[in-house]
Amino acid sequence: MREKKSITIVKNILFYAFVIMFIGIIVLPFFWQFMTSIKPLSEIAAIPAKWIPSSVHGQFYVNVFEKHPFAKYLINSFVVATITTFLSILIGASAAYALARLRFKGKKIMLMAILSISMFPTIATLSPIYLLLKELRLLNTYAGLVIPYITFALPLSIWLLTNFFAQLPKGFEEAAAIDGCSRARIFFQIMLPLIKPAIFSVGLIVFINAWNEYIYALTFMTDDLMRTVPVGIALFPSNYELPWGDMAAATVVVTVPLIILVLIFQKKIIAGLTTGGVKE
Amino acid sequence: MAGKKRGGTLEKTESRDAWIMMFPAIIVLLVIAVYPILRTVWLSLHEMVLTNPGSGYPFIGLKNYGAIVQDERAITAIVFTLKFTLATVSMELLLGFTAALIMNKAFKGKGLVRAAILIPWAIPTSVSAMMWKFIYNDQYGLFNDVLSRIGVIDKYQAWLSTADGSFMALVITDIWKTAPYMALLILAGLQMVPEELYEAAKIDGANIFQRFLYVTLPTVKTTVLVALLFRTLDAFRVFDLISVMTGGANGTESVSVYAYNHLMKFLDFGYGSAMAVMIFVVVFLISLLYMRALGDQITDL
Repeated sequence: MREKKSITIVKNILFYAFVIMFIGIIVLPFFWQFMTSIKPLSEIAAIPAKWIPSSVHGQFYVNVFEKHPFAKYLINSFVVATITTFLSILIGASAAYALARLRFKGKKIMLMAILSISMFPTIATLSPIYLLLKELRLLNTYAGLVIPYITFALPLSIWLLTNFFAQLPKGFEEAAAIDGCSRARIFFQIMLPLIKPAIFSVGLIVFINAWNEYIYALTFMTDDLMRTVPVGIALFPSNYELPWGDMAAATVVVTVPLIILVLIFQKKIIAGLTTGGVKE
Repeated sequence: MAGKKRGGTLEKTESRDAWIMMFPAIIVLLVIAVYPILRTVWLSLHEMVLTNPGSGYPFIGLKNYGAIVQDERAITAIVFTLKFTLATVSMELLLGFTAALIMNKAFKGKGLVRAAILIPWAIPTSVSAMMWKFIYNDQYGLFNDVLSRIGVIDKYQAWLSTADGSFMALVITDIWKTAPYMALLILAGLQMVPEELYEAAKIDGANIFQRFLYVTLPTVKTTVLVALLFRTLDAFRVFDLISVMTGGANGTESVSVYAYNHLMKFLDFGYGSAMAVMIFVVVFLISLLYMRALGDQITDL
């Protein structure tokens, strides 16, 4: 009996050692980045590396906003990601409803087509969209980034929302139809309110995807004041210097809100992420 | 009676209503996804260097594709990309699966673990690439510091200045970003394996490996395949990570980076588009392969 107990204790210790190691490896780069961002300049280049700075400095954070148009990057990213999310859910929800709950011929082909479009490599649509935006004079505008972002955001929204709609119990429509509801009323007054939490989940995921996009933003926003956060930070290094401190501070500035978002909404995000692949 | 009739009407218009509801999405996708792909294919059949409009952008058939086969740099990029895909996806599957199996139980701090898992996923790849680039720094990077403290290396290395070092650095960074995500998806799949199944298998005398093989695996197969499909595609299309971390130096040029250089740096839309079409075709083949393994499960609603 006692032996069994001590085996469980050892097992538990090993288990928590694993969990701590797992979290440790995930968090370590952020920890390092954060420490770098508050170090005095001389300690960034210390050999051997100094893990804990001797004093706290905020200069790099000031640099981020004074030497670079970082506030503008944040606004750009926010505007583009918000509009993209809003539009793709707006267009996607009705399509998802049809795919999940209405019977029609060609459903399987539509689902396959949407899935295929979500797998399009960005690079394969880059040149035509570039030419198109150039002709329409939309390079370096918000619309010029929202349009290409819809190419991945819309299939993603449709796909995830379809799975959520499919999970709603069957028979809602029949009951509503017997009460004399029109299709539009069923959709807007019954289904949409039911799917609200899912829309929030999907919205979060689409928003994060749009916020993080790199290759379109790099190509279509060439004016420094129109850049988004991921590209803006990546272009901090110039030919003359590698401002590690500024880069670390900028990373902290974009990471902390994302971490808070993830901590608050982790259940919602996970519900969205796992619905596409995990079938019950 | 009247109600029943109305229900019948709604049924009759079901197919029409479905197409109406999908109409905006179909139009949008045709214009901004299908049309560009077709135009890329069309561009790939032309000699089209934007800096040389005097050429008149003539139609040259499949010549651009012929050029890829003879382009040593393109072949190197293809080989590198395949190596990168194989290395990252297999490691991510192995590590993700192991972590999910270990953590597939109720324990204190599970919420914290899940939140931690989501963080690398939520951070822009370009930002994590920069973070890791700093970690690999030859003089004051964390990587050298940790390795020399635990005695793995006795001299600081310039990891990003050799081919092997760069490859390893890219693979580690990619694993760091996506293995936790893989673990998350597999964990969600594992939670649907009914406990009774394990109990029954135990009573039948199945050992831990048999239980894994015959109880766990079949249940999570779909989840794992879907996760693998998307990971494989992402790895094959890799761009942000490489562009920020190595810029494609030291033999780390992926096909996307190479195609991008042709398109946006040399403005060679003909050849660049041919590369892009090739990437598209490979991605398509990879998905077909997985779809076959998945059968109808993914589009079954």
